[in-house]
Amino acid sequence: MILAVDILLLGVAILLAVKAIHTKDLVESTVLFAGYSFVLAVIWFELNSVDVSFTEAAVGAGVSTILLVAVIALSLRYEEEEERSMVRNYLAAIACITFFIVLALGVQDLPIIGDPNAPHHQHVVPRYIENTYEETGVVNIVTAILANYRGYDTLGEVTVIFTAGISVILLLRRVWQ
Amino acid sequence: MSDGRGIILRTNARFMVPFILLWGLYVLTHGTSGPGGGFQAGVVLAAGIILYAVVFGLEESKRIFPIKVMLIIASIGVSIYAWVGIFSIIFGGKFLEYGKIPISHYPAESSKLGIEMVEIGIGLTVMAIMLSIFYDFVHRGD
Repeated sequence: MILAVDILLLGVAILLAVKAIHTKDLVESTVLFAGYSFVLAVIWFELNSVDVSFTEAAVGAGVSTILLVAVIALSLRYEEEEERSMVRNYLAAIACITFFIVLALGVQDLPIIGDPNAPHHQHVVPRYIENTYEETGVVNIVTAILANYRGYDTLGEVTVIFTAGISVILLLRRVWQ
Repeated sequence: MSDGRGIILRTNARFMVPFILLWGLYVLTHGTSGPGGGFQAGVVLAAGIILYAVVFGLEESKRIFPIKVMLIIASIGVSIYAWVGIFSIIFGGKFLEYGKIPISHYPAESSKLGIEMVEIGIGLTVMAIMLSIFYDFVHRGD
């Protein structure tokens, strides 16, 4: 049953992605990408990574869609038709097939989902699961890792977002003031 | 962006915006005990305000959430994060070692409060920067 739901969700995601690339209307493409992000969020949720799912739904399906639509409002709505040579099409097809084969070979080496003997469950995960509550007083281990154990990295991420905002102000606000 | 068209849109937005903002505040303050945290909460809050701006007009939104205040809020958010780290140095810990800040008798409790402070800082910065970028993108020359 779960497998059927997984296959259905992945199928919908692939369909949305193909349609989003295919369409020439950029607004339609953006909305399709929002749907794609939301399907991905459901897949993350089904894989028990609730925080990632939440971020994907809020950032991928929500705010980035709005920002993309705003950017399209500043530029053109329809993609221009361009001539494509057959050689380029064949090269692209070969590149895609090669990439698919490499990924398919790599997937075979991945451990089964939820396998307690998987390498990434043996290294630091047991320590976090056992000590997080005593050391940080926080129930949500993801928050504890992000804000406490990896506090430097999160400070860096916030600084990156702040810098991005400042850059947009420097680039755009000077133009319209 | 809108000139008051669409009564369905306006009625729905008037109903939804308070709940979206409340949900954002809930996520901001419950990052330690549930899914979510500062980043998600900031984005949800920004999305609520952007919905307001799209439906009721940019001028109305800029009157309530001015564009200059957003930059100040973003700076305050980053400074909250950095100052929590500096306070833990002052009280004898390492940078961002929240357990050393004496706001509770137990290091774990102090650590939890420190994490919540930091999450609020992240949420403020993310919300303000998202709104600032949105304002800059949708602005048309006067």
